[in-house]
Amino acid sequence: MSAPTLTQDPAAKDRRPRRPRAGAVRPPAGGLGKALRRNVTAHGFLIGAVLCFAFFSWYPIVREFLLAFQKTDDGQVSWVGWDNFVTVWNDPAFGQAWRNTLWFTALALVLGFAVPFLTALVINEFRHGQGYLRLLVYLPVMLPPTASVLLFKYLYDPGYGMFNEVLGVFGIPAQQWLQDPDTAMLSVVVASTWMNMGGATLIYLAALQGVPGELYEAAELDGAGLLRKVWHVTIPQTRLVLALMLLMQIIATMQVFIEPFLLTGGAGPEGSTTTVVYLIYQYAFNFNNYGAAAALGLILLVLLAGFSALYTRLNRATEE
Amino acid sequence: MSTRTLISPARLARPRGKLLYWLCFALVVALFTLAFLGPLYWMVSGGLKTTQEAVQTPPTWVPGSVHPENYQRAWEVMDLARLLLNTLYYAFGALAFQLVLDVAAAYSLSKLRPVLGKAILGMMLVTLMIPATVLVVPQYLTVLDVPIVERNLLNSPWAIWLPSVTNAFSIFLLKRFFDSIPKELLDAASMDGAGPLRILWSLVLPISRPILGVVSIFAVVGVWKDFLWPMLVLPDPTGQTLAVGIYSLATSVPENVLIAALTIASLPTLLLFLVFQRNIMSGLTAGGLKG
Repeated sequence: MSAPTLTQDPAAKDRRPRRPRAGAVRPPAGGLGKALRRNVTAHGFLIGAVLCFAFFSWYPIVREFLLAFQKTDDGQVSWVGWDNFVTVWNDPAFGQAWRNTLWFTALALVLGFAVPFLTALVINEFRHGQGYLRLLVYLPVMLPPTASVLLFKYLYDPGYGMFNEVLGVFGIPAQQWLQDPDTAMLSVVVASTWMNMGGATLIYLAALQGVPGELYEAAELDGAGLLRKVWHVTIPQTRLVLALMLLMQIIATMQVFIEPFLLTGGAGPEGSTTTVVYLIYQYAFNFNNYGAAAALGLILLVLLAGFSALYTRLNRATEE
Repeated sequence: MSTRTLISPARLARPRGKLLYWLCFALVVALFTLAFLGPLYWMVSGGLKTTQEAVQTPPTWVPGSVHPENYQRAWEVMDLARLLLNTLYYAFGALAFQLVLDVAAAYSLSKLRPVLGKAILGMMLVTLMIPATVLVVPQYLTVLDVPIVERNLLNSPWAIWLPSVTNAFSIFLLKRFFDSIPKELLDAASMDGAGPLRILWSLVLPISRPILGVVSIFAVVGVWKDFLWPMLVLPDPTGQTLAVGIYSLATSVPENVLIAALTIASLPTLLLFLVFQRNIMSGLTAGGLKG
């Protein structure tokens, strides 16, 4: 998944007054020829990356829009208007996939958003062992997802899995985890949070280190307890990072694929883990219906474009 | 650590505070170790058990008998040597392409400032806003039949290498770093008669070592962790990556052998992380990158 940035927005940079193009070394004579040669060199450096973008990024973006309104039969491409959208809309899996995806996003926001923030808060309070704790939290991010997901599948097993064993210590009865439609999605989210929370935690930690300590002192003089300090000082002070991570989390979790695909074969018990991206995958690679896949993809794209736009605006705001 | 955090230092200095602090600390360290190292321990030790022990209820914490030969079996049965070599080949190929093409592009955009450079950079950055999963279908169709050159890249390493160059995030990181290199330095070099390539090679690149390190690590880890794309474009089992190969063989080998294979697949990036953790973590907070 491509990674949006938390740092300064490039557009903000461009708004700075322009530096003079020609350096002091450039002789004033022969302006046009020189400029031409300079541009040929500059574009020569650019061309490789631009060609890759053209073929594997820009053209596919255009193609996504075209595909959504086309049908391909035995290599014959025809325009079908909104037919693909109608097909996708009428598919009984459509509603379920969206409900599941929103449910996943909601769960992932509760777990995947709150857990890293709390983790960062806790780690930040310690004067010892911060390096070790940070290392631990980031460790799973470095595993290939196939490895961590298959490992979790094993841990979740109702018979020989470790999770039921650990729950048993606390007297909690054994669960079916991935096999039960009620707990399947939650199990997927827990695995996903474990795999991915390292990055967010480190970013929160960096943000927490920027909170001025005097604010806590002032709050204490006003008699604020621990929770009030978090609520009235920490959260307001880190709110931009929190908002950015929230948007990033929404954008990432709405595209969830590999966790349900590997943990429950994609659909899960009674379709309880079918997500929108899994449905796109099915249309394209199981049913060879690229038009329907593109139409569904376009719906997701339009929806997420709103979040992306918000993200970009906020990101710019952090710079100013 | 001298920065003031949530809990006041005065309170921590009291005996009761000290006791509480160390109690919480011990608890958190134990909990984190269990939560994050626990599954990894489970993976390594699970690979050492007999098949019977690996699937017995209740599970055992410590293997009853140790069978390191499971790792060897996994290595042979799943042909891990080949998968590992494939992955290395794809990862370092992608790294080479990204380093050469993205560094050149970022250098051009930052220092040579060509006509339309800003528009090109803008179009590159726009791709960051398109959900990656949405593009998988049209990208796959492009790989099946690349326009103009009319080549099918299925099962070819180019299908991994070329799309990996379209990493607008690396270009952005590199450009931002190059922007911070003082212009006077480059002007002095060009006054001495150095061309753009020479300036890039002997001046810009040596200064940029930290950012090149970060971009390189993320490039390698990116290929190592990727699943959906290599699964689609490398259907031939002999050319698959470790992540995809293990997935496709997962159901045909006994549990303990599979777990041993997972351990082997995880080792390279874990080692990379342990060696370069400082660079990775600083790059992460500098760039706000999320896996």
